[in-house]
Amino acid sequence: MIAIVDYDTGNLCSVCNALRRLGVEYVLTDDAETIRNADKVLLPGVGEASSAMEKLRERGLCDVIKNLTQPVLGICIGMQLMCASSEEGNTTCLGIFPTAVKRFAADKAAGVKVPHMGWNEIHSLKTPLLDGLAEGSFLYFVHSFAPQMCDEAIASSVNGVQFAAALNKGNFYGTQFHPEKSGTIGEVILRNFVEKC
Amino acid sequence: MVAKRIIPCLDVKDGRTVKGVNFVGLKDVGDAVELGCRYAQEGADELVYLDISATVEGRKTFTSLVERIAQNINIPFTVGGGISTMDDAARLLDAGADKISINSAAVANPAIIDQIAAKYGSQFLVLAIDAKQVDGIWRITTHGGNKLTDKELISWAYEGQERGAGEILFTSMDHDGTKNGYPCETYAALADKLSIPIIASGGAGSVDDIVKVLTDGKADAALAASIFHYGEVSIAELKKELQKRDIKVRL
Repeated sequence: MIAIVDYDTGNLCSVCNALRRLGVEYVLTDDAETIRNADKVLLPGVGEASSAMEKLRERGLCDVIKNLTQPVLGICIGMQLMCASSEEGNTTCLGIFPTAVKRFAADKAAGVKVPHMGWNEIHSLKTPLLDGLAEGSFLYFVHSFAPQMCDEAIASSVNGVQFAAALNKGNFYGTQFHPEKSGTIGEVILRNFVEKC
Repeated sequence: MVAKRIIPCLDVKDGRTVKGVNFVGLKDVGDAVELGCRYAQEGADELVYLDISATVEGRKTFTSLVERIAQNINIPFTVGGGISTMDDAARLLDAGADKISINSAAVANPAIIDQIAAKYGSQFLVLAIDAKQVDGIWRITTHGGNKLTDKELISWAYEGQERGAGEILFTSMDHDGTKNGYPCETYAALADKLSIPIIASGGAGSVDDIVKVLTDGKADAALAASIFHYGEVSIAELKKELQKRDIKVRL
């Protein structure tokens, strides 16, 4: 059973729908015990980082998530919350991935837009999470802030600057892109998380 | 760099697609979910579903359709048409829409842009703008081009961005349906003024038109209906052609 952490942020049903299409059982929960006992944990999220952190704190879930030993996948804001800090609302985050989340700078002359919205290529792919993907695969991104490159990056992408498009440290994984909205390639990634991580 | 996006638009009335290509092998060409799946398989980067129902009953049907789209389609989709209140936005978000587009309601009450962006984020909100040239000035129209307002295109688009819209979808009422191409200079002027993505809509009659608006017009995406629906060019063919012309697309 996969526990999807429900902390009242963004559009949770797109992740639920994606798992249902793959035939994977899940439970939507903010209960610490259910999360601890799940085979795998998914931390989704759309929204603003500091208020999302506040919602995790209110539910007493920060330490619960940090101390999980089963595979955990954070998506978008979910991954950003697993980093050290975020410029969005100047918040400290869970500190699982030792990198900072910073805002993109728009550059009209170079065609760099903020938010970074649409399909972009990912490179330097590592770990079972990204098994079966070709270098330069296109994934769907929607965000204005991104984690800086670090040793834990398992994929990189470029929007004006290079950033970590996916991260892995021990049992923790994160993607800045949305596998649940990235067509069949996104489904490969979710299936890898379910079957290979 | 992010790829240029190709976005087919489906008009839905009382829950059924009213314009749509007659794909071989489709059980029901009126089924918006089946059509959307087919476009996604062909390489569409996003989908737009526009509700053109005129009745309350039709709008309810559209909401349950949005739920079914969200369950079945694995790429992002935007819904628009008749959205005028925060309740409309909440209802469509809950049904699973990735984005909503608002048009006339934002012109009548610009503060709704701030409210939706503050509550759900800029990524959820596309500001759709219809405009036509009157004495050399691009003026905003509402209600499907029927009402002319005093607002000017570029200042309204900029205001929309500052209020929190995440993207601008601009349709020239002078070009829509003509198949004579897009007003590329106007799109480029928008791109020079704004930092958010711009979607070009209305006017495409050929692959060349789309190439031009994505290059000279500096648009980030092209939305089209009839060129795809009537099978003049498939999305896969279009994207291959764009790639040949050195435009970055997802293949």
